[in-house]
Amino acid sequence: MKYEVVIGLETHAELDTESKLFCGCGTKFGSEPNTQTCPVCLGLPGVLPVMNKKAFGFSLKAAVALHCEINQFTNFDRKSYYYPDLPKNYQTSQNYFNIGNNGYVDMIVAGKEKRIDIHNVHLEEEAGKLVHPEASDANYSLVDFNRAGVPLLEIVTQPDMRSIEEVESYMQTLRNILLYIGVSDCKMQEGSLRFEASISLREHGSAVFGNRVEIKNLNSMKAVLKVLAYETSRQSDLLDDGKEVLLETRLWDDVDAVSRRMRTKEDAHDYRYFPEPDLVPFWINQEWIDETKTTIPELPVSRRRRFVDELSVSDYDAGILTEDKFLADYFEECVAISQNPSKEFSNWIINDVLRELNEQKLKIRDFVISPKMLTELVEIKPTIGSSIAKEVFAEMASTGKSAFVIVNEKDLTQMDDTSKLNEIVIKIIEENPKAVEDYGLGKKNALAFFIGQTMKITKGKANPKILMELFKQRLSSISK
Amino acid sequence: MILHELSASSIREKIINREICAQEVVEDLFEWIAFKEPSVKAYLYLDKEGALLKAKEVDQKLSNGGKVGLLAGIPVAVKDNICTTGIKTTCASKILENFTPPYDAFVVKRIKEEDAVIIGKTNLDEFAMGSSNENSAFHVTRNPWNTDCIPGGSGGGSAAAVTANMAFMALGSDTGGSVRQPSSFCGNVGCKPTYGRISRYGLVAFASSLDQIGSVTKDVSDAALLLQVVSGHDAYDSTSANLGVPDYLAGINSVKDNLKIGVPKEFFGEGLNPEIKSAVTNALEIYKKNGAEIVGLSLPHCGYAVATYYIIATAEASSNLARYDGVRYGHRNQLSEDNIIDMYSRVRAEGFGSEVKRRILLGNYVLSAGFYEAYYMKASKVRNLIKNDFEDAFKNVDCIISPTSPSPAFKIGEKVTDPLEMYLSDIYTIPANLVGIPGISIPCGFTSTGLPIGMQIMGKHFEEEKILMIAKLFENETDFHLKKPELK
Repeated sequence: MKYEVVIGLETHAELDTESKLFCGCGTKFGSEPNTQTCPVCLGLPGVLPVMNKKAFGFSLKAAVALHCEINQFTNFDRKSYYYPDLPKNYQTSQNYFNIGNNGYVDMIVAGKEKRIDIHNVHLEEEAGKLVHPEASDANYSLVDFNRAGVPLLEIVTQPDMRSIEEVESYMQTLRNILLYIGVSDCKMQEGSLRFEASISLREHGSAVFGNRVEIKNLNSMKAVLKVLAYETSRQSDLLDDGKEVLLETRLWDDVDAVSRRMRTKEDAHDYRYFPEPDLVPFWINQEWIDETKTTIPELPVSRRRRFVDELSVSDYDAGILTEDKFLADYFEECVAISQNPSKEFSNWIINDVLRELNEQKLKIRDFVISPKMLTELVEIKPTIGSSIAKEVFAEMASTGKSAFVIVNEKDLTQMDDTSKLNEIVIKIIEENPKAVEDYGLGKKNALAFFIGQTMKITKGKANPKILMELFKQRLSSISK
Repeated sequence: MILHELSASSIREKIINREICAQEVVEDLFEWIAFKEPSVKAYLYLDKEGALLKAKEVDQKLSNGGKVGLLAGIPVAVKDNICTTGIKTTCASKILENFTPPYDAFVVKRIKEEDAVIIGKTNLDEFAMGSSNENSAFHVTRNPWNTDCIPGGSGGGSAAAVTANMAFMALGSDTGGSVRQPSSFCGNVGCKPTYGRISRYGLVAFASSLDQIGSVTKDVSDAALLLQVVSGHDAYDSTSANLGVPDYLAGINSVKDNLKIGVPKEFFGEGLNPEIKSAVTNALEIYKKNGAEIVGLSLPHCGYAVATYYIIATAEASSNLARYDGVRYGHRNQLSEDNIIDMYSRVRAEGFGSEVKRRILLGNYVLSAGFYEAYYMKASKVRNLIKNDFEDAFKNVDCIISPTSPSPAFKIGEKVTDPLEMYLSDIYTIPANLVGIPGISIPCGFTSTGLPIGMQIMGKHFEEEKILMIAKLFENETDFHLKKPELK
């Protein structure tokens, strides 16, 4: 393309706290409308906010994990605008002294590392939700304030992204970091993770930015990618035609897959920020910052790098394993317990564990097969064979029994006694003259037929390697 | 003995000693209110039933030999911008005309716990914005000393009720002088403690960094009593101070030697009524005779206090009052609007009075992009300079004494057309709010036309005990606080 794309993202993540930012109300998603409300989060007259220490600590944790400079003196500001889902018609947010500034996120795009600078990280309160009646002639809307006052983290990047792939990687990396440090559940379908994008185009090599378009209402990563693709072509068409891209805010319409003008710069909000007088300024001492640093686990990108470098996992597999902190923890635990190669475990986890979790709709933390149990299965695999091992795994997943117990109960140890197997081989060959004939004619699946018959009789316990040899010997002697 | 003429402390004593029962006190008081209220109109709402119920409870506790609270049986009036469960709290505004809070303000909870009897809600300038009570959306309260005059504002209802013996004590709020100025106009003791001394939870916010709950009482001992009950830390107000509360009642009678009283020249200059000037000068003489040293001093930045105040207070107010939009509660016109903006506009156009609108406009203006630095930021800086002035002054003196207001109570209608003139009536009270220090207004004389004159004593942060003691010292030497308007 003729133009370079310049993209910045604002991310809103609801913090995973039991109670709201300024009152004791619950934060559960999907409760009956307006059942998680009180005078404070409804903005009744005379009530006052009291800071949720856990939420504040979470915002500090996020700022530290994103390598921000922490503003030890931090304060809250009122951001004023009128909207029916905003009980006080101002949002208590941060503007002048954000909790964190000038951080960064390291990510991997197409195998290469790239750093995205973070402009700021700040803490604010969530708004409620408008519920529009379905009837098209309804002349009212309802408001559900359950969400109003839920702690919300806003993470603002610099305009550092240069392609849609980078945006995708940034969103996934950021989501992973937030999940890793445990501050947000990042459930996009529940709205606890949302994005706003700003995008502009400029000629390659240009030092100045083009006019920027902001896009709101992006409720999934897919929507972000779709709107950016749409905007890229819309803006490049405008520029090709010698037209100007207007500085404006647009809304993404997921149904029609178009962006539409919401407001131009002229009607941009004047938020009239000023310091929130109902909260005192906060002083974060160095001790608190240091303590927070110790709670940050190894983040996905460096963990992925370590899996590749030290545990000989392929980059692709390492990417999958580190996407979920607890999955990566699971993997590392297996590797720590067992002498078997780590490759064995990455295969089991990526192929079998993930499939089972998916089928059972479970999270790894709730999975019945513990890392210890998986290592046991891998230990005895040579004595039962791969295909039986898979069956044992399935049995373990459904019953929670250990591999040893299952193998004993079902007598699943592999038959590799050659003389015993030979008796069975002779018997099967005698009973199936037609198949012997086919084999003589060079039909390859005749051998598979014989092995299948043997497995039926031995309930799959026959050692297939030995079996193969026995059949080949026997059949070749017959055909001669 | 006329019960309603007694001080709160004495009525409590009589109730506790079982000389009279609390129900009698309430009955007597409501009889008097029925007679007096039509000419004063101090109340927006009276709750005789609730008052009798609480009085009965107190009497029962006493007859069972049970323990009663510090305010046992004392009828207390509450300014109508302080939330009371189940009792309408209107802020004298149409927009909250039918608003009944489901919670008590911290101070209301405290006085209930100490067995006070809440008798009703008093009138004020709408959302506590005004200096005369004329901005009430419902009616104008009159000054009991001269019913052609205003009682002061915004807490004119509380001040008039106490002066007219229609309440033994009252709770008010003071953002720029709303407790002290009406107390001086009505001849009461009005105390605004340090910012953070009393929880603001449940006080309907006007200007959050300036608002403070205060007391309106008949004398200094009663002020100490009421403040004792309502002071202290509250986990629901982040700006409330987590400090112990001294024993004010014991403190007021402790004598301090070598008392040094600061007298700032800026508070005695142009615009000060000469009768008030001489009354305060005479008061200083009384202190001198009692061994105090009078120290002349200067608070150079106080000349900017009113301007600073009207930027900060209106900025905060514009945001605090944004929530009155008709969406969740309060005034709401018919559901006929085409869109939400029209709804907001109509609700607020109909619901707010003109002074409130003026301040919202001003506040939004000073916070607007491009003006924020020039106004709000600048005002915040000047506020710090004024704070520094006071800090310096308090290095050398125990308290600062000034007139409470430059003029006595004025005639109803006299200043309504000139908001700036009206704003200047708070010129001496505003600095204490900007700085956050405590101030108390006590009666110190009368004008030739028989209107009360108030003197203000300001102290260091959290030194309420000291200013109460200094006020009590004056009260012991004079009888201005005992004078009452003639009963008609």
